[in-house]
Amino acid sequence: MGTDPGEPTARAATTNGRPPALRVRGVSKAFPGVRALRDVGLEVAAGEVHALVGENGAGKSTLMKILFGVHQPDAGTIELGGRTVTIPSPQAAQRLGISMVHQELSLVPALDVARNVFLGREPARGPGLVDWPRLYRDARALLDRLGIRLDPRIPVRRLSTAQKQMVEIARALAWRPSLVILDEPTSSLTPAEIDELFRILRGLRDDGVAILYISHRLEELGQIADRVTVLRDGGYVATLDARRTTIPELIRLMVGRSLEQQFPKEVVPLGDEALRVIGLTRRGVLRDVSFAIRASEIVGMAGLVGAGRSETARALFGADPHDAGEVYVRGRRVTVRSPSDAIRAGIGLLPEDRKTQGLVLPLSVATNISLATLPAVSPGGVVRHRLRAALARRFVRDLRIRTPNIAFRTRNLSGGNQQKVVLAKWLASDPRVLIFDEPTRGIDVGAKVEVYHLMTDLARRGVGILLISSELPEVLGMSDRVLVMHEGRIVADLPRTEATQERVIAHASGEAVHA
Amino acid sequence: MLDRERAQMPVMPPEATTPRLEQAANRRRRGDVAQFLLRYGIVLALLALQIALAFLSPVFLTVDNQLQVLLQASINAIIALGLTFVIITAGIDLSVGSTAALAGMVGAKAMGAEVPWGVAILLALGVGLAVGAANGLLITRLRITPFIVTLGTLSVVRGLTLIYSEGRPVFGFPKAFNERVAGDLGPVPMPVVIAGGVALASWFVLRYTRLGEYAYAIGGNEEATRLSGVAVDRTKVGIYMVCGLFAAIAGVVLSARLRAAEPNAASGYELDAIAATVMGGTSLFGGEGGVVGTIIGALIIATLRNGLNLLNVQAYYQQLAIGLVIILAVALDRFRQ
Repeated sequence: MGTDPGEPTARAATTNGRPPALRVRGVSKAFPGVRALRDVGLEVAAGEVHALVGENGAGKSTLMKILFGVHQPDAGTIELGGRTVTIPSPQAAQRLGISMVHQELSLVPALDVARNVFLGREPARGPGLVDWPRLYRDARALLDRLGIRLDPRIPVRRLSTAQKQMVEIARALAWRPSLVILDEPTSSLTPAEIDELFRILRGLRDDGVAILYISHRLEELGQIADRVTVLRDGGYVATLDARRTTIPELIRLMVGRSLEQQFPKEVVPLGDEALRVIGLTRRGVLRDVSFAIRASEIVGMAGLVGAGRSETARALFGADPHDAGEVYVRGRRVTVRSPSDAIRAGIGLLPEDRKTQGLVLPLSVATNISLATLPAVSPGGVVRHRLRAALARRFVRDLRIRTPNIAFRTRNLSGGNQQKVVLAKWLASDPRVLIFDEPTRGIDVGAKVEVYHLMTDLARRGVGILLISSELPEVLGMSDRVLVMHEGRIVADLPRTEATQERVIAHASGEAVHA
Repeated sequence: MLDRERAQMPVMPPEATTPRLEQAANRRRRGDVAQFLLRYGIVLALLALQIALAFLSPVFLTVDNQLQVLLQASINAIIALGLTFVIITAGIDLSVGSTAALAGMVGAKAMGAEVPWGVAILLALGVGLAVGAANGLLITRLRITPFIVTLGTLSVVRGLTLIYSEGRPVFGFPKAFNERVAGDLGPVPMPVVIAGGVALASWFVLRYTRLGEYAYAIGGNEEATRLSGVAVDRTKVGIYMVCGLFAAIAGVVLSARLRAAEPNAASGYELDAIAATVMGGTSLFGGEGGVVGTIIGALIIATLRNGLNLLNVQAYYQQLAIGLVIILAVALDRFRQ
């Protein structure tokens, strides 16, 4: 059917008077403690890229899982090409022509590209016998058709994340589905790889495939999507023409209020030195890292992946060993060999991955909040549940953690609220210095701003903050000073006024060493 | 910061949540009924088993026979409670049967050497703590998985028992020892009383102490717990010591019941104990589980054995039946998740 880029594409849904490839009507779904979806409707036409956006917890994942047969809706109907269907399982979804590219990669590392692409539906040459030559021929043909330059015989383990993502997409397309669902496909890709992905998606769209595209990256929607549907709190908000809307408008619709300020930076008078690190070295990882942070100061740390930012944090916090270096907290020398040493010295660390390093997911909000300070509520080794509940409730209230109660499992909270629980754990330990390692990764716009407010709040109360982030606008927006790391050392120390995007990138990529 | 924190802590209303979250909590509570049934499905299973056996055998429901079931469950329950601690941390201890045998043997030999029986018991319990400490240190220092370490010590400790006893059983304990450890307290056999005491202590430790709290946290996410400043390695050593201690208690009780310490005593007991623990809902992946479930698990195994005996079912079929029940119970648990 071909899409003329000059024309408004909102008409796509009614093209030729044919029923849309996908029509969702009045779908609702509740889980214990969460109303995930409420009366949501959506239409995706054949040959359309339809983006689905919303904060974490808005219901995007639930809707996707319903479409892919993982969950069953409590109410509502799903139509494919005008026919009402039920989708009892992922297998059924595939039979109906629905494919999904998962956010978390689900490939078998030991098998090669072709075998991963056809895993579970290998061409047969007899009962139980695989037609290997045909499998490799088909894989070759599929990769060629999609314009993916990959050898079908390379084990997936040897591929980069982006290449794995391509294999995942090839696998989803091996069936020639009529509807493809992509869940945050660009979250681990570089700009060049994203262009490549978009090229493939446009090719599919022009072949008449309907594409449902979920993303947190609002800036890329204008490039790829025809229409955008916004969900908020499990409900339908609006469907817009992707090329006519703006990012502020989308954010406003997602959050339900306008964000006057993305980075609520406040200039707070700085106090005395809170932390000084001299010559921190870990062979092959960190070389002679030295810096200082004053009370009430937010020091940003920028750099490329692998430059040594998280490694600095972990060594400083005693989570990893170091070979040399001295650490002073408020002018007093401290020896940090383990996280408990660091905590005693007044240093806290919000680790970069809250699910694997920050939280004990099967345990409650209260347990997680008190984990670093349990001795305070368990004199003599005996936990006083009342004291602990009071501690937890105080932080749930102060940080506005949205949870039904303090006994709620942290696994069932949204990303932003999980991050607040980790933050509460550290606030409870009353730190002098708090290291934020990627504090807003994977959390939604509204929760991000709340985290920034909490950071500002802490600074006002005299805590020294080290902010490590891969999101440069965040580092530049929140920091009083920016340290740039490159290959295990600090190569620049820029005051707020001099820290521009260009300058930081130049230092981070090692191009400005002599500047 | 300790005292300051407590002083600052305001008296809070019990629920300071918005109405919407209140609703969510209500829905959750309704969901809890279903959760409860599934969660305590194991209790229902035990009840069903009891009712069925009550109809099938006139003897089953008599007080004497019920006490017999408790007695049969007691030693397995004590070992399984120790294992519950370990499995909550996502570990495993296969050496518990061997530890019970060595502890029983050390106690018996000590009594044979005219050591007062109270002191002999302490020596036996010391053996359990030592084996537990060895397991814990090997696991945390050498970073070997618990399965492998304790598979090794299962054999090492059994070997030590055989060497120490020269392969011969030891008899002739002081009467006071036999009576205090394996006699009766009123109508109730002492092993049942001891198992009850161990269960209460375990419940308290798991629910109210730092050690118990950290056990769940380690099992739920070891890395996050370490990064919260918890001395994970030290906690784990402590947990394996608890497990060794309980195995030693079981070993002493067993020798008193049998009036003999045998070098091959308690062999294979680790499997019954793991079965009781897992049936009781303690996840092998760690982070969840508890005392009540483990006790019920031990009771189901004992009830089944007792019932099949009363019904004159051949021993071969008993093996088969118990195996099937274990799989069924864990399948139920999977379903719950």
